[in-house]
Amino acid sequence: MDLKDKLIASFMAFENNVDIDHPVHDVRSEAMKNFETKGFPSKKEEAWKYTSLNKLQKIDFSIFPKEENALEYKDVKKYFLHEIDTYKIVFIDGIYSSFLSETTHDGVDICLMSSALTKPMYKQVIDVYFNKVASKEESLTTLNTAFSREGAYIYIPKNKMPKKPVEIIHFSTGNEASLLVQPRNLIIAEENAELQVIERHQSLTSNEVLTNSVTEIFAAKNAIVDYYKVQNDVSTASLIDNTYIDQKDTSVVKVHTFSFGGKLTRNNLNFYQNGQHIDSTMKGVTILGEKQHVDHHTLVHHIEPNCESHQDYKGIYGENSTGVFNGKIIVDKIAQKTNAFQQNNNILISDKATINTKPQLEIFADDVKCSHGCTIGQLDEDALFYLQSRGIPKKEARALLMYAFANNVLESVRIPELKTRINKLIATKLGVRLGFDL
Amino acid sequence: MLKINDLHAKVEDKDILKGINLEVNAGEVHAIMGPNGSGKSTLAAVIAGKEEFEVTQGSVVLDGEDLEDAAPEERAHKGVFLSFQYPVEIPGVSVTNFMKTAINESRKARGLEDMPANEMLKLIREKSEMLEIDRKFLSRSLNEGFSGGEKKRNEIFQMAMLEPKLAILDETDSGLDIDALRIVANGVNKLKSKENAVIVITHYQRLLEYIVPDFVHVLHDGKIVKSGGKELALELEEKGYDWIKNEAVV
Ligand SMILES: Nc1ncnc2c1ncn2[C@@H]1O[C@H](COP(=O)(O)OP(=O)(O)OP(=O)(O)O)[C@@H](O)[C@H]1O
Ligand SMILES: [Mg+2]
Repeated sequence: MDLKDKLIASFMAFENNVDIDHPVHDVRSEAMKNFETKGFPSKKEEAWKYTSLNKLQKIDFSIFPKEENALEYKDVKKYFLHEIDTYKIVFIDGIYSSFLSETTHDGVDICLMSSALTKPMYKQVIDVYFNKVASKEESLTTLNTAFSREGAYIYIPKNKMPKKPVEIIHFSTGNEASLLVQPRNLIIAEENAELQVIERHQSLTSNEVLTNSVTEIFAAKNAIVDYYKVQNDVSTASLIDNTYIDQKDTSVVKVHTFSFGGKLTRNNLNFYQNGQHIDSTMKGVTILGEKQHVDHHTLVHHIEPNCESHQDYKGIYGENSTGVFNGKIIVDKIAQKTNAFQQNNNILISDKATINTKPQLEIFADDVKCSHGCTIGQLDEDALFYLQSRGIPKKEARALLMYAFANNVLESVRIPELKTRINKLIATKLGVRLGFDL
Repeated sequence: MLKINDLHAKVEDKDILKGINLEVNAGEVHAIMGPNGSGKSTLAAVIAGKEEFEVTQGSVVLDGEDLEDAAPEERAHKGVFLSFQYPVEIPGVSVTNFMKTAINESRKARGLEDMPANEMLKLIREKSEMLEIDRKFLSRSLNEGFSGGEKKRNEIFQMAMLEPKLAILDETDSGLDIDALRIVANGVNKLKSKENAVIVITHYQRLLEYIVPDFVHVLHDGKIVKSGGKELALELEEKGYDWIKNEAVV
């Protein structure tokens, strides 16, 4: 049975375990219909031209984990940003781990989607926000919606800010030979609220994992949301990340994506600017080797006037790795005085590595500032010689130049400990012994 | 210390150096002058080991050792330093971090541990004060957005930090204002000793009033066509290069 059929069959089993009279289930059923019609995207579709899911579909994934699994904190501590205190929403093989988590209801809600989707006290919020910005057409998103049951739920009321950042971590233990997990996150920052989130997926064995995740983020007037995605998984873990962001007037949302690992990673990052004077920022550092593949698909839809968007993606591709950057910017006719910037710079350090990069601009307003640029290059020989002439060996000089190339994307990271971590990760990935402290 | 024998070098099938002979001993200052495009920077880059230039004949020998197979960093570890005519901008690496990396890599090559942080700080403070460089400057990205003069001063700061045996200053004076020229030249003079040597590439006599050369060489079309004492520089300033070019043809 192929994966699509298996999913369709599993949906019936899934229905036995959820409240099918709850209004959310109508949303699920609708979504399932869409997925049944569309199935998995194929390379024939323009948006999937360079990323094939064929091989993944041949794997016999378990759709539900067999049993709950426990982990000792000391064994997984290194995957947490343990240098600082954080709220934690932790899942093991898709199942919530209260043992590893630290949630709160103290003025803000940092807890579980499974509660939000079932308990009456959340019903009003769910009615207003659930599945409201996520696509009802895109097949993988609808697949996730159909099976939506668990994930992170964060609600920050007006004028509030949680005391510390939130970490959302998904571990997979390899308890199943191959596992599909579909986390569903809902994040709401009301007027003037502020929030920082770090999301990470980590497989602990070499068993196959496929994560098809959907995150909806709503930033109301004046809200500030910083979202950091750390993608440094093992080479048998694949991730399809579908993130949808709805922004209102003068809100500021920044998403940083650090892609350093995994087998196949697809990031669908979608911003919708439903207000004025909005700032949307997308930054990415991608450093790949082996046969790793990362595909960044970004979309910024400028719907109203006087907004800005900034995109800065840097990629370093070694060995047989492949990268894709497709950045789409839509500026509606009424969205005058839009400033939209997009930059994608890549360095290929192996003859066998490839990158496909493409801006896609659809601009219907006439008074806009729009700039985009993609570069694909090797390291600058003159810069290399300059460093070598000061006694820095070629290998280190190369690494230092790559480090410097990637590093400036981190300027906007507002959690210093995270910045240090990422800096070190970049240094390790590049095999560089930095002669200085980070 | 440095012996260059019948050195020929080319880039992309273009012969640039066409038989250079030069001997530099410890304690000496040599000036190299010559018209634009005569090959001065090429000579400097070949000594420093730039791979883009292919040595087709002859040799560069440092302390009795042929440098033919030595990578640029190995030459640096042996004490060669090149102050670039056009220092390269490296966004994302601060001057301080760059110097720390350079010094510790050189120490590693000599089997030494990293320099302790407080010693490093002291050294940076001492050398930046000598060259009157603002500390804030050192946390900026290397050469990025530096003015022409700032870049040159920063090159000499690096030289002061690395204390090379053989320093080649390629037009370090160009871009410096009068005060900066004095500060930089004083810095170079303070670093001078009986154990090291300096090759100064310049177009102007003025720098040579501060850094007084023992020998002046004129490079023309890839060859040293005339050598003399410091008075040769004065003569060139007065008469230009034509008389030497004519002499060379004869
Ligand atoms: N990479 C290169 N490719 C082609 N030609 C080169 C290259 N580098 C140098 N040349 C040529 O070699 C010749 C010598 O250049 P070089 O930079 O050594 O001159 P220079 O004496 O330092 O001149 P200046 O006084 O203007 O600094 C010039 O004609 C230059 O165009
Ligand atoms: Mg020159």
